[in-house]
Amino acid sequence: MRVRASLAALAGVLCIAAASDPSERLPNPAQEARARTIFKDVRCLVCQNESIDDSQAELAHDLRQIVRQQVKAGKSDVEIKQFLTDRYGQFVLLRPSFDAGNLALWAGPFLVVGLGVVLLLGRLRNRQPEDELSEAERARLQRLSQDGRT
Amino acid sequence: MAEFGAFALILGLALSIAQLGLSAGARVRRSTVLAAAGEGAAFAAFLATAVAFGLLMHAFVVSDFSVANVAANSHTEKPLLYKVAGTWGSHEGSMLLWDFALTAYGAAMALFGRNLPRGLKATAVAVQGGLGSVFLAYTVFASNPFVRLVNPPVEGRSLNPLLQDPALAVHPPFLYSGYVGMSVVFSLAVAALIEGRVDAAWARWVRPWALAAWSLLTIGITLGSFWAYYELGWGGWWFWDPVENASFMPWLVATALLHSAVVTEKRGALPGWTVFLGLAAFTFSMLGAFLVRSGVLTSVHAFAVDPKRGVLLLIILGVTAGLGFALFAWRAPGLNQGGVFAPVSRESALVLNNILLAAATATVLLGTLYPLIREAMTGEAISVGPPYFNLTFMPLMAALALLLPTGPLLAWKRGDALGVSQRLWIAALVALAAGLAVYAMEDPRKAFGALGLALGAWLIAGAIAELVERTRAFRAPALESWRRLVSLPRGAWGMTLAHLGLGVFVLGATFETTWRAEAAETLPIGGALNVGAYHLVLKDVGPIEGKNYDAERAIVAATRDGHPVCVGEPERRLYLAGGQTTSEVAICNRGFSHLYIVLGERRDSASGPVWLIRAYWNPLASLIFLGPVIMALGGAISLSDRRLRIGVPRRREQPA
Repeated sequence: MRVRASLAALAGVLCIAAASDPSERLPNPAQEARARTIFKDVRCLVCQNESIDDSQAELAHDLRQIVRQQVKAGKSDVEIKQFLTDRYGQFVLLRPSFDAGNLALWAGPFLVVGLGVVLLLGRLRNRQPEDELSEAERARLQRLSQDGRT
Repeated sequence: MAEFGAFALILGLALSIAQLGLSAGARVRRSTVLAAAGEGAAFAAFLATAVAFGLLMHAFVVSDFSVANVAANSHTEKPLLYKVAGTWGSHEGSMLLWDFALTAYGAAMALFGRNLPRGLKATAVAVQGGLGSVFLAYTVFASNPFVRLVNPPVEGRSLNPLLQDPALAVHPPFLYSGYVGMSVVFSLAVAALIEGRVDAAWARWVRPWALAAWSLLTIGITLGSFWAYYELGWGGWWFWDPVENASFMPWLVATALLHSAVVTEKRGALPGWTVFLGLAAFTFSMLGAFLVRSGVLTSVHAFAVDPKRGVLLLIILGVTAGLGFALFAWRAPGLNQGGVFAPVSRESALVLNNILLAAATATVLLGTLYPLIREAMTGEAISVGPPYFNLTFMPLMAALALLLPTGPLLAWKRGDALGVSQRLWIAALVALAAGLAVYAMEDPRKAFGALGLALGAWLIAGAIAELVERTRAFRAPALESWRRLVSLPRGAWGMTLAHLGLGVFVLGATFETTWRAEAAETLPIGGALNVGAYHLVLKDVGPIEGKNYDAERAIVAATRDGHPVCVGEPERRLYLAGGQTTSEVAICNRGFSHLYIVLGERRDSASGPVWLIRAYWNPLASLIFLGPVIMALGGAISLSDRRLRIGVPRRREQPA
């Protein structure tokens, strides 16, 4: 089991920078550049954690072909990604969508910032609490000064 | 020999338990004898674990394949360095390395903690013993590296060839001594909570441990990243891969801790938060250990995956961190708030630093674990890749970098915003000019690249401005400035270097990601391709024979404007033991930039054999790795500061 897992990992590692293979390239450099940009956002579904830009897996090759064909056919980035998610689900996109289910994911970090700033402001607002005497301390002071007088 | 190793390991476990019991007893009975015994047990536990570790290494060096772990991870034909590195190349071995570091830190705490108050020290040594007991028990009972094979094989299965590399071979010891160094901070935090006192002196005791761990972790991560850069063969150096994230989160928390500990040390403020970060740093280290080994995440380099042990590690993580944070929730409200400060002050700047670093940690944590959580809750799988981190982590870091140079120039308690802007306007101008110049000149024109470059320049110029301010250069006579410069405390040098290093890193990372150029062609002998300003010709490809691999080596000559620049010799290796291929890239250093050449597979065409050659122009790529090295150096210099060696002046007894 472990051996197979590490072999899979290894195979993943060895699938490198496949998208630049000249045999796959589109003749139009502008279209090719656009396709490459899209590749970076698309996950190679069977690989360990790679974009189809990096992977040499069979499926990544097929996905690249699909994307290149659609770029060539003049489809927009949004249309291409829609096509891919319709086929493979959200899992195929390396950038999770901005929807309600991913609210915590996208908002979380900025919520931490907000919370931190609120706490800091609170700290700055009630600034001199320790300069004031508590009720007990005031009573004690009273007592002490009276003791001194008698 | 392996039996001795197993015995030493069990002895280490017993001694760690004794360390926990004796030191806890010392705290309860306030007994110096028990405290000394507890510290003695800490030393002995370290020695026993060191013997176990040494024996495992010995088994690897002599290729004793009757030990299952050696048989699975070593090979007689492997170079000596990788036989030694095989010791920590597997799950079992790396856990032993973890235990070794944990007991070593326990012994170091007993040895160097002479100026700690007795109660605090006994409690901290006890907690460290507790951590040691838990992890040693895990190693002995669930992950014993000394298990024998009944029928030992004649030859071992070898170490993954990708890992047979000097940088990677030495990076786990750095990484682990960084991870585990946080355990001392954890122990001291727990001890402070039990004692109910977190003050400036405590922060000063924590500081050297946190600094040492942070510096080692910085080096470890950088080595790993450097390895990925030249070994994986496509010039990437950070992939936001779960395993990288696992090492990055403790680093971020430790960075926050170093800054908040300064506030606690100098001003007695934020004690609760500093303790919280102290607990969090080791918690994230343990989380990393769990994530890498449990197989809950898909990663290119998750290793030694075993779900059953993963559950055990998760239990250890839950119990240890759970106890720590429960104690925090119970005791923290009683902690003193510490000194007051104005909205514009160094305290505020450092709090903002901590807010941003905490948010950055949250980003990495969410990005790593959210797919798991969402799949568990809704059954829908999503992916969180680099685009997510670019949109969340990057803006947070940009804000941090923007803020950073102001912090060291602000005064404690009440700062002077106008004064700071007077001292920084030259740095701001330099940054702006650098950004604009690059925007105008660099082709293709990219605003984000220019922005990143301006930030890097701002950090570097800001660090220099801070140095100028401290030495009163250009205002006082030169001799006076020189005198001030040489008498600056090492801590100040450390900070300046660390901030400078960050700037250097930002420069390199910006340039490399924005303006790298890539080219790939299938070339016959004599064929050529262009990348950036360089013209590459494939001169020859021939076979060579290594110690445990066969390889094809290409000779690629690079020229620029007709002048020869360098000859790269990339290889494609076939490892005989496992049948895997790897590529050894050729990197030509051009100043701080790299011409990066990869030999791909051989193909057949109608006119004879051709080879796939990829080449990258990675501008200023060296700075990506140089920056963190400068940061770690800053940490090391700060660690040698006098005030950390001499210790804290004791509080005078109040006259009754």
